[in-house]
Amino acid sequence: MKRRSIRIVKPGLLTTVQDEGRWGWQHLGVPVAGPMDAGSLRLANRLVGNDPRAAALEITLIGPELQFDGDVVVALTGADVEATLDGRPVPRRVAVAAAAGSILRFGPRRRGARAYLAVRGGIDVEPVAGSRATGVAARFGPLGGRPLRSGDVLPVGDLISEEPVWQVVDESRLPPLPEGGATVRLLWGPDEFPAAARERLLTARFIVSIDSNRMGYRLEGPRLVGGGGEQLSEATPIGSLQVPPSGQPILLMADRQTTGGYARIGTVITADLDLAGQLAPGDWIAFAPCDRAEAIAALRARRATADLEAGSR
Amino acid sequence: MTRNVTVLEAGDAALVARFEARIDPAVNARAIRTAEIFRRGAPVGVRDVVVGYASVTVYFDPLAADPGALRDAIAHAAAQAAGAERGAGRVVDIPVRYGGADGPDLEEVAAFARCTPEEVVRLHAAPLYRVYMIGFVPGFPYLASVDPRIAMPRRETPRRLVPAGSVGIAGSQTGIYPTATPGGWRIIGRTDIVLFDMAEEPRALLAPGDRVRFVPVEGPTRRP
Repeated sequence: MKRRSIRIVKPGLLTTVQDEGRWGWQHLGVPVAGPMDAGSLRLANRLVGNDPRAAALEITLIGPELQFDGDVVVALTGADVEATLDGRPVPRRVAVAAAAGSILRFGPRRRGARAYLAVRGGIDVEPVAGSRATGVAARFGPLGGRPLRSGDVLPVGDLISEEPVWQVVDESRLPPLPEGGATVRLLWGPDEFPAAARERLLTARFIVSIDSNRMGYRLEGPRLVGGGGEQLSEATPIGSLQVPPSGQPILLMADRQTTGGYARIGTVITADLDLAGQLAPGDWIAFAPCDRAEAIAALRARRATADLEAGSR
Repeated sequence: MTRNVTVLEAGDAALVARFEARIDPAVNARAIRTAEIFRRGAPVGVRDVVVGYASVTVYFDPLAADPGALRDAIAHAAAQAAGAERGAGRVVDIPVRYGGADGPDLEEVAAFARCTPEEVVRLHAAPLYRVYMIGFVPGFPYLASVDPRIAMPRRETPRRLVPAGSVGIAGSQTGIYPTATPGGWRIIGRTDIVLFDMAEEPRALLAPGDRVRFVPVEGPTRRP
């Protein structure tokens, strides 16, 4: 049987193959990469009945034009962006059949920054170090670690789950997309900062600057002073809020380097990383304090909404 | 008993064990040994263990791991690692072509050090450096300590692209860029030695605890 595939007609602004992330190699300096909004990737895979490890496409701001070389089932999640299949609108958050030869196009985005397109069976490019995640900054991942280009042909695999396919999405239980900006919760530390700096962080709104990307968001706003500035390099988790000597914080995201030497005032909780991942340059971001128990409860709740029960409309 | 180590939360999915905050072979050896002992215990839900100059960070699945148990395991490993061996790592010679097109910042470092470029090369190649950690990009080794006379701080503005194999200085640290990448270190030479290759075993030439000697050479260099 001829292998089905997805052909990239136009690549859009930044379209990459992503799976859950490349864990297990950070001790060699290999970044984790993976989706900016992991919840939406997970949901897209669920909707088409994929194994959670299946790779999908992450679509940033301006979407690609894709042609399906074979009958496939796809699902679109994440950012609310206009999409058409052979001219007909594509509904979000539901499995959609796409016939061989059909073309998927994207239009203006309404809310959010990153959409996810899963295909039943998964994107079957050659994994690197056990993962199909693309670390664009480090050029590490499938296809030489680069964004997709016109002419790329992505084979569709067979990474299907034994679990039932989810058919209904209770929209009210999914976290909203940012509307101009978002507030995310953080845990303090690991570095100590004066109370005044913490207070300033909690009461200000920062703007995601144009110098923001998958590695991290450079935030513009009040200066945070009194932290250690530069210190001995150590590992830098996703969601870390670094404070360089300029006092303007940097929020580390999916393609962050594995280590860094700036003091870190706090770390965004895992449950709120998906929301942070939907911010675009020009959006605002604000921070709220949290404790560990609340962070874990929020993550459980977030995972529960992604693991939705099949039901009838 | 866990003297001189603090275990801190770094978000809800990582813990960091910090030892005395200085570039010191003994402290670094303890961090490396702590990571080794901890990994051997194969605790549930651990995703990555990353050594820093004076730290070990444990990444875990926040819903699958028990952070209390992880804290105990880290503290236990750190206690067992006290007094770890310092100089056990093997020595790797890295041949380097210094200066010219391979070392565009050599003259600048000489001006900073108020000596000749030849003297900079001599001072850079003299010590046996310790590999303290791997980070920044795949396979990039953080080496220390550079002779204070040539310990020039990094550039204000990084170069858009530093060629693969470039050898640089940033203050008391020196390092080698495994691939072409933007970089802010002062580039004084270049090697052709391959530092990182996913298809090879081991994938990274250097590991924390190894020692490096830079060997000034003329002409092309090859992997040992």
